[in-house]
Amino acid sequence: MDATIFNEFRTIVGERGLISSAEELHTYECDGLTNFRVLPRAVLLPTSTEQVQSILRVCHREKIPFVARGSGTGLSGGALPVENGIVISLARMNRILEVDIPNARVVVEPGVINLDVTGRVQPQEYFYAPDPSSQSVCSIGGNVAENAGGAHCLKYGFTTTHVLGLEVVLPDGSLVHLGGKTLDVPGYDLAGVFVGSEGTLGVATKIILRVVKRPECIRTLLAAFLSTNEAGSAVSGIIAAGMLPAAIEMMDNLAIQAAEAAVHANYPSCGGLLLVELDGPLAEVESLLTHVEEICRSNGAWEIRVAQSDAERALVWKGRKAAFAAVGHISPNYIVQDGVIPRTALPQVMSEIERLSKENGLRVANVFHAGDGNLHPLVLYDRRIPGQEGAALALSMKILELCLAAGGSITGEHGVGEEKKCMMSKMFAEPDLATMKRVRCAFDPLQLSNPTKVFPTPRLCGEKPGEYAPHTLETAGLAERF
Amino acid sequence: MDIATQSSHAAIDSSLRQKFKDILGIEDLHPATPADVVSGVPPQFVLEPASESQLAAALRLANESKLAVIPRGGGTKLGWGNPPSHADLILSTARLNKILEHAWADLTVTVEAGCTIQTLQQTLAQHGQRLALDPLWPEKAIIGGILSANDSGALRLRFGALRDLIIGVTIALPDGTLASSGGKVVKNVAGYDLPKLVTGAFGTLGVITRAVFRLHPLPRQARSFSISVGNPEEVQKLVLAIQDSKLAHVALQSRFSADAPPFLDILFEGTKAGLDAQSSQLRALWHSRQISEVSSAIWSARQDLWSLSNPEETAIAKISALPTDLAHTIEFLRRAADSTHVRWKSLIYATGLGCLRLEGRPDNLHRVLITLRAGLEKIGGSLVLLHRPTTLPAFDVWGTPGDSLPLMKSVKRQLDPNNILNPGRFLGGI
Repeated sequence: MDATIFNEFRTIVGERGLISSAEELHTYECDGLTNFRVLPRAVLLPTSTEQVQSILRVCHREKIPFVARGSGTGLSGGALPVENGIVISLARMNRILEVDIPNARVVVEPGVINLDVTGRVQPQEYFYAPDPSSQSVCSIGGNVAENAGGAHCLKYGFTTTHVLGLEVVLPDGSLVHLGGKTLDVPGYDLAGVFVGSEGTLGVATKIILRVVKRPECIRTLLAAFLSTNEAGSAVSGIIAAGMLPAAIEMMDNLAIQAAEAAVHANYPSCGGLLLVELDGPLAEVESLLTHVEEICRSNGAWEIRVAQSDAERALVWKGRKAAFAAVGHISPNYIVQDGVIPRTALPQVMSEIERLSKENGLRVANVFHAGDGNLHPLVLYDRRIPGQEGAALALSMKILELCLAAGGSITGEHGVGEEKKCMMSKMFAEPDLATMKRVRCAFDPLQLSNPTKVFPTPRLCGEKPGEYAPHTLETAGLAERF
Repeated sequence: MDIATQSSHAAIDSSLRQKFKDILGIEDLHPATPADVVSGVPPQFVLEPASESQLAAALRLANESKLAVIPRGGGTKLGWGNPPSHADLILSTARLNKILEHAWADLTVTVEAGCTIQTLQQTLAQHGQRLALDPLWPEKAIIGGILSANDSGALRLRFGALRDLIIGVTIALPDGTLASSGGKVVKNVAGYDLPKLVTGAFGTLGVITRAVFRLHPLPRQARSFSISVGNPEEVQKLVLAIQDSKLAHVALQSRFSADAPPFLDILFEGTKAGLDAQSSQLRALWHSRQISEVSSAIWSARQDLWSLSNPEETAIAKISALPTDLAHTIEFLRRAADSTHVRWKSLIYATGLGCLRLEGRPDNLHRVLITLRAGLEKIGGSLVLLHRPTTLPAFDVWGTPGDSLPLMKSVKRQLDPNNILNPGRFLGGI
């Protein structure tokens, strides 16, 4: 990239919108997955759709690869810069453009923080349902890229369920509108394809979201079991009884110990802790809650607590929210994984994880979204012990293979990104991947938009995922990553 | 469109016929009959492959021979979409009708495209579950067709559309590729979401051979209520008030017609205690109105619009607008219809999606459709024509494409470069 291109970028975004000095660029060399680092050539901070278009036109003309970035909280390296490429930070495009309560729609720019959407509609008792990662930090644009989930997607669905339309700048700089404020806009559901495409199809510059009315009542139940097996049976019992709670979360003993050490959530010391949240009309929730309690007791729960107030609920969630970061209290280093299994495979996969853990002499703490089978095994290790990091990385990949063998997925919400692209060919056959690539070619024939991510490139296989670095908000139990 | 079209509408000769027979392992191909005609365009043969691999191989041969292929399931919605520019083969998925795996404890099902939704629902009900969708003609409509047409009804308000229920798909592409995407677990972000791409794509990108769905429990109990409302403005006010309330209703629809006051119907599902509480809340919200508890038959109102006494003087369309444009839409419809002596009936869900039936002379129907579409498109909505008289003057089924049409064509070119799948039937000539 020569000086004329830098000048051209500077003309588009202004002096303040261009970062090119090495020390400042270091801020952007990685996202939440910190063991992959690449220094971008420049970081551009556009403030309008037109600026994004102008930037992409230059990239297209000069064949410069680009990576769009929100808050950089992603856990799979999706916002990792690419060699000789630029980063487009959407942080300054952070306006909430329209709040339409009667139609339950909110239109935002990509840099808007997830929790701020709820903040804007809270007075009317609405909320934005997807509650991923550190939702007080992460951006809607990043959520769209990753199709972010969260604890409550069991009932409410994922980011894709709540995105009705998008304004997207394609990699050649042209502007398209996908979906819209009304439903079933004639044509292909390209908004559905774009959400979760991890920044490989273009840059979203406006997002039409659906917000949801707050339910009349929310109850959170905490149940202590001897082991995750009994807790798992209770989950099956709840599902078999025809209930769809807002969230079902599970923690094993090691995760509980960590949460206690970190934020003193006052959890009962047990082998398997279940957290069940029910919401809806008061009478409905009260009758279902009794049923959930019975199911938990009949599966051996020896302590059950129900949080009644918002304050009590917050306390119950605090330990769960801080769980990833809390592991730092019981281990110097650790890796977070994000596998999915059919829920019924839980006992078998858990015992396999335990076996692998013993065989490798590495502790594994388990935190799950038990309702939908999304596992977050945390592999604990000490980098100072020679060979242990490599063993931990290998173990975390073996756990993903277990998930695949059980009929699951290599990622439920963190995305493939840089970290897991080598696993893609274990999950999908070559024709499946080739078909996805054809779709990519329709959007981005020159492969400039976040190239080298999602799809396996043999050259890079062998590189492994890295350890987890908690955000300060998580350490304090104020935010969560799932 | 700017995709290469078939060079000629050649007859399928005996050697090609033999190749198809070899693939399908049958004595002879089944020649098309008048019953197989697609919107006035007669195909040559009907193929009924018995497996996904046969289907993919037959599709590949059709592609190599540049034959136009019309995928067909139960045939219930075959007349939807623009008439095809060509039709050589009907590719039926009727024999791919197995329910491959009902993982009831995981609330998922894997089903072949040719299974009727009624058969699927009966199987799911054995474990107290359902695919939370109420499409048209469930006894005949099959999964692949319902997906391709993106058909949904009243339950969509609560459970979402097919895009929200499908978690995995396998499609056969014209080059013979069988490609899967998504998976068997509800939560999964690995790779592109191709289940959503083919949902509503009208069979123009590939032929769906199987799908995986997330399931919901059957409701413990359900109760429906109905009230008569003075006028569309009042209906809109009530709909928005209910949507803004803490009621946990599953469906909410309003029914309008030229010669009767509107009705509003609401459906609750849940425990007895929950339903009792909600019905009292509803009465409080609708105080001073006459609320009647009604049978669940009320929820077949959409399908009832399709009982056509005179198909040659009837048009049926799907409409979409914002919920706050409900009254405006009905008023617009009423004015356009009254001025042309067209009789009308309409059903609008709280999602803003609706369906309308127009009855009158084809030229008058045409006028109303043009006016109504222009009005809806102006406010960001849409009108898609589903049924039309054969003598209706030219009227594109889908409406005015947006700025994403070139991108859609580019996706089409990538997956179906020879434009053999349902050519000319979709938006913007795709």
